[in-house]
Amino acid sequence: MGAAIRFDEVAVGTALPSATFQLRRVDLIRYAGASGDFNIIHWNERFATSVGLPNVIAHGMLTMAEAIRVVTDWVGDPAAVVEYGVRFTRPVVVPDDEVGATLDVAAAVTELLDGGRVKVAITASCSNQTVLGRATAIVQLS
Amino acid sequence: MALNPAFIGRVYPATGTYLVGREKIREFASAIGDSNPAYRDVDAAVALGHADVVAPPTFAIVLSMKAMESVVFDPELGLDYSRVVHGEQSFSYARPIVAGDELAVTTLIEGIRSVAGNDMITTKATISSVTGDLVCTATSVIVSRGADS
Repeated sequence: MGAAIRFDEVAVGTALPSATFQLRRVDLIRYAGASGDFNIIHWNERFATSVGLPNVIAHGMLTMAEAIRVVTDWVGDPAAVVEYGVRFTRPVVVPDDEVGATLDVAAAVTELLDGGRVKVAITASCSNQTVLGRATAIVQLS
Repeated sequence: MALNPAFIGRVYPATGTYLVGREKIREFASAIGDSNPAYRDVDAAVALGHADVVAPPTFAIVLSMKAMESVVFDPELGLDYSRVVHGEQSFSYARPIVAGDELAVTTLIEGIRSVAGNDMITTKATISSVTGDLVCTATSVIVSRGADS
């Protein structure tokens, strides 16, 4: 595999370049089609509010997919991500406008592991509220 | 309604195989807005040491969620799907998924518990090649929100 980052280049505390992602209604619909997750709460405001949600919410899996881009953009080879896990702690509410929801993602190396691997902790927030908990990845560096 | 803990340990065997398509990976990458060439360009993926374009780290959900339909729609389990939300998700890769892989998924109900009126089910999907080699395990916690939450 071809990670662009070498193990000896990083230390505990090394910050990865952060990124911001826009999630609009059209992005949710596109993700629904590509993933096969057509749960109505992700595209129908009438239904979402009827089950007690504030509005249409993004697929947790879409938020999870965007958050790891901070790692895959850093390391180059997406297959360098050998483990990835999150908790969905708060829904990402997506209003029906041109901006949608703004997801801010940051990450840093928190542990050096055997075999040239590192643990990376990821934070993802929307309107300054954390939306993922315990988001961590194990990454195989060169 | 509390779910029956007798379902812990139940295994739902693979109902068929999933052939990972190059265009499906490209479509998924487009849906997450990711222009990484390893998802689209065979030459770029080969240069990184892969046989074909690589699937994004969360692509395995396409397989595991499809396999989980047999769990969430099992009438004996009695899950109210209209009240289900995703609580946790993790993936552990023995090797990357690449276009051309033919994969099978078995799903295990690893745990069932009730927390504050919500039913929580932990499932573990084991994704393997048709020759039986482990490719990925995908662990999901789904939460069926109680009537009061």
